[in-house]
Amino acid sequence: MRENGILRIIARFLIPLIMLFALYIQFHGDYSPGGGFQAGVMFAAAWILFVLIYGLNAGLAVIPERAMFVLSAAGALLYALIGLLGVVLGGRFLDFYPLLESPQAAQQAGIILVEFGVGVTVACVVMLIFTMFARRRGDLGKAWQPEDDD
Amino acid sequence: MDLLGHYNYYVVVILMMIGFYSVIARGNMVKKIVGLNLFQTSVFIMFISAGKVFGGSTPIYIKGVETYSNPLPHVLILTAIVVGVATTAVGLALTVRIREEYGSIEDDLLIEDDGEDQGRIEDGIGDGTGGGAGQ
Amino acid sequence: MVQVRDLFSAAMLFAIYSLLSAALFVVLDAGDVALTEAAVGAGISTILILAVLTLTPRYEKRRTRVDWPAIGVVVVTGVCLVWAVSDLPTFGQADNPVHTHVAPYYIEHAYKDLGVPNMVAAVLASYRSIDTFGEVIVIFTAGLAVFSLLSVRPIRSKPAKPEKPE
Repeated sequence: MRENGILRIIARFLIPLIMLFALYIQFHGDYSPGGGFQAGVMFAAAWILFVLIYGLNAGLAVIPERAMFVLSAAGALLYALIGLLGVVLGGRFLDFYPLLESPQAAQQAGIILVEFGVGVTVACVVMLIFTMFARRRGDLGKAWQPEDDD
Repeated sequence: MDLLGHYNYYVVVILMMIGFYSVIARGNMVKKIVGLNLFQTSVFIMFISAGKVFGGSTPIYIKGVETYSNPLPHVLILTAIVVGVATTAVGLALTVRIREEYGSIEDDLLIEDDGEDQGRIEDGIGDGTGGGAGQ
Repeated sequence: MVQVRDLFSAAMLFAIYSLLSAALFVVLDAGDVALTEAAVGAGISTILILAVLTLTPRYEKRRTRVDWPAIGVVVVTGVCLVWAVSDLPTFGQADNPVHTHVAPYYIEHAYKDLGVPNMVAAVLASYRSIDTFGEVIVIFTAGLAVFSLLSVRPIRSKPAKPEKPE
């Protein structure tokens, strides 16, 4: 679909906008509807749009598959580490109040970090799932057409 | 029977039954997964409509607003939506694998195929599908 | 969506349905949920169904007879559910039981104790943090499951398939 001029121009305009909006939703999860899941899914949707227009290899050159594996695990690990940090500093698992002095700032910091971990994991997992499906089609190649069971 | 007070639940029941019918009566795997998603979305509508308060607003604190809608169902449904997409993804991956192993995703053709020699695609498409024979 | 045979049309109808339900969530004062449902339902689920449709046949097999037992089961279940609905509290009243036990505490204290205006994010990430942790693990497991299912190489020894004899 790279040859189609309209799609290329619109994609060039939309993909950075969607990624920026995803980051906005991620970090404004405290103040407006949003949070980790929405932001992760939107970021993955922007990447999927890129893959649809420029091809799977171009998409994997931007965000390689190894990075998707590592980051999806890293997001869940970040969540667990924030929880363990609460235990180390004197509270229970996933208590945010020992992290900083003022309780409100501690809760907000904890929430932002935790949602960031969630957002990273969700984005990487959705991108990974799409890559698995898209690569399947690429492996089967052009010679195989799904016939109509009619 | 408070007919008019429960109209949101009636809508939910109708959507749920449509999704249920699609899961049990359609043989195609992709249709079943679409029906499952329809079912899930109807359950979400039920929870969110149960959490609404007339005259309330979105549960985001703004100075001066007194009543808010209940945030607890929203939390439940956020988790449920993400789990739903996880289930859909795994179901679709299973569909792709079934298609490759048995050559068809219609379940009555798969039941016919069970017990016979499992037709792998490399033997030729005409072996596994039996689409012509099943008509 | 249930009756069409063209699965591509079913996927498009599914996307429209997800978007309409997201609009319904906005009307029902659920901002976070509407955002998630629009992004996930009309975005990711539809894309995945379309990706699977490139790997499987596009048309459903023609059904010649109506499936009467299924319709019977569906009608009986529907009637039972409609009868059960009459016990539920009325839609939208502020003194419903769902609004009286834990929710007022969260609504009162989310901004005062946490400093976070978005109550849903406060409950999700601070008051009920363990559940969100479980959810992250669930979505990670789904990624693992899809990876383990689809990393088996497709058994394709010849590049072109023989034509099915018509």
